Amino acid sequence: MTAIAVEPPRDSPSLLAQARWAVSDTLTISKRNLLVWARVPAYIVFTVIQPVMFVLMFRYVFGGAIPVQVKGGYVNFLMPGILGQTAAFASFGTAISLATELQKGVIDRLRSMPMARSAVLAGRLVADTGRMTVTILIVVGVGYAVGFRFDNGPLAAIAMILLAIVFGIAICCIAAFTGLAIGDEESVQAFGLIWLFPITFLSSAFVPIATMPGWLQAFANNQPVTYVIDTMRALALGGPIEANLWKSLVWLAGIFIVFAPLAVRAYKRAA
Amino acid sequence: MSQIGSGPAILVENLTKSFGEVHALRGIDLSVPRGTVLGVLGPNGAGKTTAVRILTTLMRPDGGRAVVEGHDVVREASAVRRSIGLSGQSAAIQLELTGRENLEIIGRLYHLSRATSRARATELLEQFDLTEAADRPAKGFSGGMQRRLDLAASLVGRPKVLFLDEPTTGLDPRSRLGMWDIIRSLVAGGTTLLLTTQYLDEADELANEIVVIDRGLVIAAGTSAQLKGRVGGDVLEFTVLDRSRLADAVTAIAKIAESEPHVDDGTGVVTAGVGGSGSEALIQAVRALDEAGIETSGLGLRRPSLDDVFLALTGHAAEDEEQGGKRRRGRRKGPVNAESAERASS
Repeated sequence: MTAIAVEPPRDSPSLLAQARWAVSDTLTISKRNLLVWARVPAYIVFTVIQPVMFVLMFRYVFGGAIPVQVKGGYVNFLMPGILGQTAAFASFGTAISLATELQKGVIDRLRSMPMARSAVLAGRLVADTGRMTVTILIVVGVGYAVGFRFDNGPLAAIAMILLAIVFGIAICCIAAFTGLAIGDEESVQAFGLIWLFPITFLSSAFVPIATMPGWLQAFANNQPVTYVIDTMRALALGGPIEANLWKSLVWLAGIFIVFAPLAVRAYKRAA
Repeated sequence: MSQIGSGPAILVENLTKSFGEVHALRGIDLSVPRGTVLGVLGPNGAGKTTAVRILTTLMRPDGGRAVVEGHDVVREASAVRRSIGLSGQSAAIQLELTGRENLEIIGRLYHLSRATSRARATELLEQFDLTEAADRPAKGFSGGMQRRLDLAASLVGRPKVLFLDEPTTGLDPRSRLGMWDIIRSLVAGGTTLLLTTQYLDEADELANEIVVIDRGLVIAAGTSAQLKGRVGGDVLEFTVLDRSRLADAVTAIAKIAESEPHVDDGTGVVTAGVGGSGSEALIQAVRALDEAGIETSGLGLRRPSLDDVFLALTGHAAEDEEQGGKRRRGRRKGPVNAESAERASS
């Protein structure tokens, strides 16, 4: 932990002023990030079009071959899974952006400036949360267009979307850490594929786990993505929630407790 | 704050930093008076970037101390950050955003008001000859323009001390000269500047004082003239046309040279310090080479360049390391093939 900056003992502004600047700097950084996102068509394709394609493919290509015991059929089973995956995949943007900024020296420049040190990471998470929320709402809209319906009341529907967002932020914390620790755009992208694809596909997101071979069920039944997606599915469609909700929250809290400090540390010692 | 206004702008004492087994800095001392330019000269991996990173609060030293504008870079990092600007080896700008947006955002992060940020951006774009391209994404800028924008970004907060880490690495010769003009005008405005470079001519052109760093140590310091004095007298230089006879050429002039002649196998250029004997050495060299039957071109005497100084100080040419067979000599070096590997190693 040698890289932790010692805050200056003298001529430091008051805590209140510092907090105000931290908020203002975070907003400036997130505005900048959203501006960059909006400028690059490829980013929009990857963040919005890709999940929409997943919806259409699973709904119309694979869906017919996947029998599920869910009211409303496969599309209702599918949508909470796709939304969970969409939230998790939003973290690609987090990791790649941070790695690129590190590589190009943007982070060095910002760290050499008298701005709030927390703002680069916080601004990144705020912008990515905003971007993720927009994507999720678009995907929900597309889901509605292809036959998906929330079946458990509007409050539970909102809770489901909130859970997806919190889940996405947790994954973004992991991605922020890996992005800064790896520090190379292409490696970060490859690394993201290596863990995010298996962890979202080897879950209850797209198929009932009971259809998997036994050894795979053992993994799929006991991993956090399944807990989160089962909770989201119960919130969207009704059914027992509590056990999965608790497990989800414990996992999410665990991810924040481990990876948020790791990301902060990686940022502070980024070289 | 009491120390501001007296003492040097940058003071470094016995600074050390290691990365595992690699001793990037092995105890360096620097002192840069206000309003002057210090050129930190050294090959890739010499420790230049590490020193800059410590001075700009990006990295903590293992030992020693560094003070910028009267503030300790470790204990008073925030105060240091308020006095400095940094422009690194790559253009640290957001390529998707326009030049103006880049500068305005930096202004906002310096806590300038919206209007002031805008005005400052306009002013800097004008100063750096970027007004015409100001509202286009920086992605479309040439390498030179991106570097200028990057330099402009480091000036948004009106720093008292500016750190430029290899500001012209990777630029074509014309952009490089343009960058030099800009740097000169900044210094004329009273900014203290610490400039790292692996180009001897760059330090020669821009710096009041030069320190030469090699393998984490300051091996020489002084003005350009003082350093050239270290070589002592004139330098004999010629190109051997038939490369297979390079060794014979060295033997032929060995008696005339005051120091071990330096041979560049790639270009066939031989250089040797001949001390004060000047024109007599030249005549002897012509004779000796003629007797040995060696064809040469461009045989002549010249004043020593900083290349020769580096060679005399370290026993190896400034750009030899990590350049393998691509080694080139000559006083005006094209910077093109010299992407620094130092960043990766730090």
